Parts: sequence; structure tokens; C-alpha cells
Amino acid sequence: MPIQYYIFLSLALFCIGIAGVLTRRNAIIIFMSIELMLNAVNLLLVAFSKMHHAVATAVEKVNNAGTDGQIFVFFVMVVAAAEVSVGLAIIVMMYRNAHSVDVNFLNRLKN
Amino acid sequence: MNAIQILFWFLSALALVSALMVLLSKNPVHSVLWLVGVFFAISGHYILLNAQFIAIVNLIVYAGAIMVLFLFVIMLMNLNKDTEPQKNIWMKLAGAISAGCFLMILVSLIRQAPELQAKTAMMKEGSIGLISNLGKALFSTYVVPFEISSILFLSAMVGAVVIGKKD
Repeated sequence: MPIQYYIFLSLALFCIGIAGVLTRRNAIIIFMSIELMLNAVNLLLVAFSKMHHAVATAVEKVNNAGTDGQIFVFFVMVVAAAEVSVGLAIIVMMYRNAHSVDVNFLNRLKN
Repeated sequence: MNAIQILFWFLSALALVSALMVLLSKNPVHSVLWLVGVFFAISGHYILLNAQFIAIVNLIVYAGAIMVLFLFVIMLMNLNKDTEPQKNIWMKLAGAISAGCFLMILVSLIRQAPELQAKTAMMKEGSIGLISNLGKALFSTYVVPFEISSILFLSAMVGAVVIGKKD
């Protein structure tokens, strides 16, 4: 498939994630939108690694060009898992203190 | 239109519809289930790109572990009802319009980029996504980041326990 299709799909998913962060007020939905944006970037990285591999295979027969992109996706998933565990603990703490997960209640710095 | 193209369009439509339903559904449990649908569609894309290791890791880590954690927190806080009274429609509209403008700018930019014309991603062949190649790279070139990520997990674990502790 042309690489532009993958770029458009990833951009659409990323912008849906941005719209979710901007419009929703439930902290858990905002967090899930961030996960959606991370997945859009992962899909784009894998597509680009296969594009790079296709270009390098045309030059020489046996190679492993493009491995770095997939390793990078692996590390993005690792960091996302660690981020989710800490972020959900923070949301649980916020619910325990404010009895709500509405982010509009978090305006204590304003006044 | 061959089978790969049909699968590509089907998985893309599934991912986009599920991602929109994550935002539009009022119940947070439904949002989590739609997000699991997005992850399955993206894993299908990885399999189409012959990135088998990433596809399986995506299913196990995201759909299997992270989404269960989300569901667990939602049910722990008893949020599975239609809450979130929407008062301000203008904020919603402004968010949607700004995300749409961002999407339009990036799409028009990509359409004009001369480096990306006539480039294709290799489908269903190429062996870089197999676990033998990725395992060799992970344990030789990238062994130091791999070990550092274990320390990251340990610190995240300690941090989650410390934050969640009732004092």
C-alpha cells in the first residue's frame, strides 16, 4: 500500500485523540485518548519501518534495515505501560480526594 | 482490488469508527470496549505489515493488560453510569474545530510532500518483524535500554504503590 494511506490513517486517529483530550472532561476518557494517540504513532512507526525496508531491499538482497523502528515501537509500549500504572494511581487518588474524576474540579491553582 | 487492499480498508474503517465511538459514547465502560476494538484493528494492520511480534505484543499489553486496568479502575470507582453533564457546548465545538483544523493542515502538508510520493510500505513480506530478528536486535544492540526499561518498571511499580497508599 502507498505510505500516504498509512500516514492519513495515523493522522486521523491522532486528531481523534486530540479532539478527545480537548472536549471530554472525564479524566479516564482523556487518558484513553492519550493511549489512542500513542497507538497512532506506533502504527506510523511500523509503516515507516516497512517502507525503509522496502527501499533497502531493492539495493541489497539480505538486510535488516528497519529493525530500529520496530524496536522503538516496543519501547514506546513499555513506557506506555509504566505510564498507565502511575496515571491510573493518580486518578484513583484524585477520586478519593475530590469524589469525582471531572478535570474541571482541578482548578485549585487558579485562585 | 485484491485481498490485502480489502483488508486494509476494512481495518482502517474499523479503527476510525471505533476511535470515534470512544469519544461519542457516554458510558466509560463502552468507551473502553470501543478502544479495545481500535487496538484489535491496529493489530490487524501490524499483521498486514508482517510485524508479527509487534502485533502480538500490542494485543497482550494493550488489549490484555492496560484495558483491563482501565476497566478495573472504572468499576472500582463505580463510574459505569452516564455522568458528565455537558453544560458548555462551545468548548466541545472549539475542541472539535481545532482538531479538525490540525488534521486539515497536516493532510494538505503530506499530500504535497515530494519525498513521500510513490513510496510504498512492504506488505505481508519482509522478515524484519519476526521475533528472531527483533530478539537478536533487542538483546545485542539494544540491551542497555532493555535493562533500563526494567528499572523504569520497578520505579513505576513503587510509584503506583506509594501514590495509591492510604495514609
